[in-house]
Amino acid sequence: MQVANPPPLPPPRPGIAALFAGFLGVGIIGFGGVLPLARRMVVEERRWMESAAFTDLLALCQFLPGGNVINLATAIGLRFRGVPGALACLLGLLAAPMAVSIALVSIYGRYQNVPAIRTLFMGLGAAAAGLILTLALRLARPLLATPVLAGLAVLSFAAIAILRLPLLPTMLVLAPVGVALSWRTRR
Amino acid sequence: MSVLTSLLAIFSQLSLLAFGGGNVVIPEMQRQVVEVHGWMGTAAFTSLFALAQAAPGPNLMICALIGWQVAGLPGALVSMAGIVAPASLLTAITVSVWDRFRAAPWRRAVQSGIVPVTVGLVGASASLIVAGADTDWALAAITAMVVVLSMTTKLHPLWMLGGGALLGALGLV
Repeated sequence: MQVANPPPLPPPRPGIAALFAGFLGVGIIGFGGVLPLARRMVVEERRWMESAAFTDLLALCQFLPGGNVINLATAIGLRFRGVPGALACLLGLLAAPMAVSIALVSIYGRYQNVPAIRTLFMGLGAAAAGLILTLALRLARPLLATPVLAGLAVLSFAAIAILRLPLLPTMLVLAPVGVALSWRTRR
Repeated sequence: MSVLTSLLAIFSQLSLLAFGGGNVVIPEMQRQVVEVHGWMGTAAFTSLFALAQAAPGPNLMICALIGWQVAGLPGALVSMAGIVAPASLLTAITVSVWDRFRAAPWRRAVQSGIVPVTVGLVGASASLIVAGADTDWALAAITAMVVVLSMTTKLHPLWMLGGGALLGALGLV
């Protein structure tokens, strides 16, 4: 007779404190990109969700407006512990980074007349500009294969960066164009 | 309208417009904060963006910093609540009906259709931030170096931010 494998344990349902602690950890060490850390914490370390379920939830959070990780924290908290769970995840995720960045800004405010501190923050700003420029280049590269989509990206760039149009009307005009294009090409 | 109400109004609108994440709404944030309300100059805005990048946590932390600069702790809390609450509410509502339209063809069309717009908006964010940060050739060289390093290596972004800060502190900018 074969020894049957024990049935897989049901996924643990984290409590409010665990939700808070999990996202607190992600917020504190989340330098330069929180999403990979959130995935590691939720799927690999604490095993709250299977990888596929996480990816599915992430797709929803990327589809909706707002910060992706912030939406994700909301959805995960809500799934396990309702509204209090969502609040616990959000507080955990945001509290420490908020304190750290406010501390940084206070240091900057107090010492910005010291030349070395002033140039330190200028160097930091230049490096941060390089990171967002890299992100823009990475995102733009796949579009080059489809001229009409690249054209739409150029239009949205020009509307905001050059013409300095407000975002809401720009989105209301350009997003439906993109959706129509994408709907037509999929058939 | 009081300052706190204005902060709340600005950031809750941005919350619902941030298709593709926080970097998409940086230009509109700058337009509102610098041009419409005149709360700070472009250079100060760029500094806050850099500080938010250097701090841990989600990149929307710049909202808390703007609120802090404009109206202290209440400003920071109101701004953060503004950028978080509307999108989180929408997420909470959608998550319960998600299964029904996850496989719908229009969902894929909408999701991929807004990608080009998002790419343009992130590009706009990048151009504004670069223009604000790179006020001389040495700073532009740091930006270029970071782009080359992050396109060609897997170096963690924090090292590059630290490197930029160090070059700055040494007076090389």
